[in-house]
Amino acid sequence: MIYREAGDYKLTYGADAQTFPIKGDRWAYWLALAFAAAVVPLFLTDYLAFALLVPFLIYVIAALGLNLLLGYCGQLSLGTGGFMAVGAYAAFKLMTAFPGLNIVFVIILAGLVTAAVGVLFGLPSLRIKGFYLAVATLAAQFFLVWLFTRAPWFFNYSPTGMITAPTRTLFGVPITGPSASGVSVYLFCLGFVVVLAWLARNLTRGSLGRSWMAIRDMDIAAEIIGVNPLRAKLSAFAISSFYVGIAGALLFTVALGAAEASEAFGIDKSFLVLFMVIIGGLGSILGAFIGAAFLIIGPVLLKLLLVNNLGWPTDLAAHVEVMIIGTLILVFLIAEPHGLTALWRTLKEKLRLWPFPY
Amino acid sequence: MKTTHFAAALAVGMTAAAPALAELHFPSLSYRTGPFAPGGIPFADGYSDYLTLINERDGGIGGVRIRQSECETAYNTERGVECYQGLRGEDPLVLQPLSTGITYQLIPRTMQDQIPMHTMGYGRTSAVNGEVFNWTFNYPANYWDGASVIINYLLEENDGSLDDKKIALLYHNSAFGREPIPTLTRLSEREGFELLTIGVDSPGQQQSSQWLQIRRERPDYVIMWGWGVMNSTAIQEAANIRFPMENFIGVWWSGSEQDVIPVGAGAHGYKALAMHGTGRDYPVYDDLQTYVVDRGLAAGTGGELGTVNYSRGMYAAMLAVEAAKVAQEIHGVGQITPAMMRDGMANLVITEELMESLGLPGFGPAFEVDCTNHGGTGAAMIQQWDANAREWNLITDWILPDRELIMEMVMEDSLAYAAENDITPTCLDRSGG
Amino acid sequence: MPIEVFFAIEVAINGLMAGVMYALVALGFVLIFKASGIFNFAQGVMALFAALTLVGLQTGQIPFAHLINAIFGTRMHHFGWDLPTIVAIIGTMAVMVLLAFLVERLVLKHLVNQEPIILFMATIGLAYLLEGLGDVMWGAEVKQLDVGLPQGASVWIGDTTYALFGYDFFIDKLALWAAGIAAVLVIGLTLFSQYTRQGRALRAVADDHQAALSVGISLRAIWVLTWSIAGFVALVAGIMWGASSGVQFSLSLIALKALPVLILGGFTSIPGAIVGGLIIGVGEKLFDFFFQPIVGGATENWFAYMLALVFLLFRPQGLFGEKIIERV
Repeated sequence: MIYREAGDYKLTYGADAQTFPIKGDRWAYWLALAFAAAVVPLFLTDYLAFALLVPFLIYVIAALGLNLLLGYCGQLSLGTGGFMAVGAYAAFKLMTAFPGLNIVFVIILAGLVTAAVGVLFGLPSLRIKGFYLAVATLAAQFFLVWLFTRAPWFFNYSPTGMITAPTRTLFGVPITGPSASGVSVYLFCLGFVVVLAWLARNLTRGSLGRSWMAIRDMDIAAEIIGVNPLRAKLSAFAISSFYVGIAGALLFTVALGAAEASEAFGIDKSFLVLFMVIIGGLGSILGAFIGAAFLIIGPVLLKLLLVNNLGWPTDLAAHVEVMIIGTLILVFLIAEPHGLTALWRTLKEKLRLWPFPY
Repeated sequence: MKTTHFAAALAVGMTAAAPALAELHFPSLSYRTGPFAPGGIPFADGYSDYLTLINERDGGIGGVRIRQSECETAYNTERGVECYQGLRGEDPLVLQPLSTGITYQLIPRTMQDQIPMHTMGYGRTSAVNGEVFNWTFNYPANYWDGASVIINYLLEENDGSLDDKKIALLYHNSAFGREPIPTLTRLSEREGFELLTIGVDSPGQQQSSQWLQIRRERPDYVIMWGWGVMNSTAIQEAANIRFPMENFIGVWWSGSEQDVIPVGAGAHGYKALAMHGTGRDYPVYDDLQTYVVDRGLAAGTGGELGTVNYSRGMYAAMLAVEAAKVAQEIHGVGQITPAMMRDGMANLVITEELMESLGLPGFGPAFEVDCTNHGGTGAAMIQQWDANAREWNLITDWILPDRELIMEMVMEDSLAYAAENDITPTCLDRSGG
Repeated sequence: MPIEVFFAIEVAINGLMAGVMYALVALGFVLIFKASGIFNFAQGVMALFAALTLVGLQTGQIPFAHLINAIFGTRMHHFGWDLPTIVAIIGTMAVMVLLAFLVERLVLKHLVNQEPIILFMATIGLAYLLEGLGDVMWGAEVKQLDVGLPQGASVWIGDTTYALFGYDFFIDKLALWAAGIAAVLVIGLTLFSQYTRQGRALRAVADDHQAALSVGISLRAIWVLTWSIAGFVALVAGIMWGASSGVQFSLSLIALKALPVLILGGFTSIPGAIVGGLIIGVGEKLFDFFFQPIVGGATENWFAYMLALVFLLFRPQGLFGEKIIERV
């Protein structure tokens, strides 16, 4: 009764094809957006922003990117950390080489650079499939990180190889550097997330997204019905890397402020983003949000609960935290193997019929 | 939609952690999990136990009790940010991030928030220049000092000349491991030895090709900048190729018990830098035993007292407590703020008498901190492992680094940083109060 | 012969030895993949867990001491005994069998007939769980593992080769032992799967789950058996790796060294794991040896993957993998 589609008539093709065909969904979407943009900044502390929401938003972008590749096009990539590093180092080089360049363009250009690198490492996907493809992307992961720690040009010949983001402003408000406030950084990232999620949603509904899904479901069949696998696979790699590169650039510039390739963008980053995508749900935009929330916000909340509220020793809390995350993954899997979005979908179906289940 | 729940949960978390008044808050950014936990645990325990001792024995610093808090970073910069954001509202008197990566990240932020940071034997070396890095301290010694001390020691061993010697640097391929390279490169030009740098990727369990290279190149000495499992693996490999152990010298982060014990007898004779004494032969341990361990207040098992990393944590806490005392004296109040603590750190004077009165005679060097020098003297000793007695023995007295060269490099690096970040180098006035 | 050639040969031999160590880890992956089609992400953590348990039993540590102390305020650490190595190994094996049983009972049973990616994900959850469990049970400090295996340069080989060629070759005794143990393990596994009833059942399950079920093979018993064997292989890998660098968290990262081996050798082939390991081991060491002066070393991490990638471009299913036949 609360959530229904009865009486929601579509009179035009446009209305029928919209992103949220059900009125309730549309309302929820606009409310959530308004809440995130207008209400959250009112009570946002720097802790909430820097420890929780900014990393969450950044990982949403990375998870969206990987989800386009893995969830929609079916290409398994374990090179996410390496591509994030490309974005971060591209942003660093751009910021230091062109100090006058607006930070928004820096981030977007960093994404484009990453897209080019992504295409290069996506080439083997034309021949290799499945878990075997993971090796090509792992080669990218290890090679890129190695390159960024070995070639001094990338870190401007600093003696330690650390890169540090200088202060940049947008409309006179500092976005990067130590003086940036939590609210401005949060809104900056939120802007990127909204635009990129909107873009992802529409890409996947268009002809490009359909060609990806055809490749995912069965690439030989797709080829026979006229989908060009070269174009589909490489475009998926390019767009996915664009997202991941933007996430890496944001992580370095606004969230961390200083980074080093082997530590900040190691293989564990690749796995982390992969886990987000799988846990959230493959082939779902909402899944990227849920997965990132589960793996970024979840552990921090657990830590706050165990250490700050229950007063456990930090090491024990950290170990138990890992165990709880592992157990939750298993429990969710057994309950709903297709990720948290599938749970949400089932819930929606139930709500739609409620209170008359038959 | 989801945010409200998180906010509610957080609100609970924050209120429970709200600071009470009349307390000196000493946070500890520790890592008790992850690949570097074996080194992080004893350090954190030593830090905590010494502060507990001050509370139990002296009733706090100047009558104000110490409140400790711990935040787990897992040696991970993202966790470090989370810890810092959680701590900065709670008036932390001094931050000790215990990771070079996290240090780099926190330097600009602590400047902005006016919270002093102490990076003892790690972090950004050029923070020695207190005119640029007002809020960062790295006394009593830093990596460049360490590299120079090792070379000075080798010079002494070789009657003042390292001409035609070949020295290999085996380093952890990270910001930490690359720190000594500029110093060693300059020293090699000056002293005429050939420098060979060999990187090991983290974590470093696989070093057979590096050590085959060392076997092939036959360097006279191997210097190691390692941390975590890399240390014990390297020492094992060195023993395997029968590299003479007495010619193998590690930095102070490569010279603790867990680096040599897993290797067993093969590690006998391995040397490492020591920025402080080790072992339980200091009177302070009697107090620690009585007031902390026997009362069941020890952070760890109590069995690690006197080990290298434990001693280092204790030393860091001791220096923090002494700086707090100086700050209380300068400002005439018990309840000091982070800004006042900075004044205490910037005017810290450690003398041999003071060390003796603290129950740590000869444990650390005597040094003075002032605005232009946040780095102490940089002196360190050399210790050698005795695999039979399973203990470290100090084999030299304090060796001074070549401070002239290091200050030259510090000025270059710090002024470059100042120019990049629009900082006008200046001494900070004492805060009000 | 010029000395450079000897160096290269020495590097290659040591590469072979390193390859054996990689293959030991890769074997565990292959076993589980063959029998259940699961890419077991938790294999590295299983090796760590097994090694931790072994050391814990050997030195008489009290499991969960840390947790118990935190909750009840007690201060317990050790039982105060030292178990003989062999008893500790048997004890650890029992724990690994129990683990296999629990994995089947609590996880796999509920996920029969799911897609590979979902089973993969389940092993991710398992990896997290085991990692935390190992730390909570035995603590995170570094531990010395001593099961009496010799270590260090083999003097005999050094002397003999010096007498023969005028160059003393360096070979680690532990690596020789690892090679021997790996050989025994592979022969044992081959004999087991060829000549015993359970082994045949195992192969039947690997070929076709449903057909195996229909002739009366208990899928669940087979899964417990496979996971137990994988646990045993993990224990062996944990011992060999732990003996050289101590038992600690980093041990779980050895799985990363096994991935290129697996991919090169093919996920389904035991000989593939061995040959793949040897190729990767020799390849990465020789590459580092020849190109170290040009590109500056530490190439091992990515070179293995690049090598596997080049092989894959020619054989997309790995060296010994089953040929992928695609139909619409």
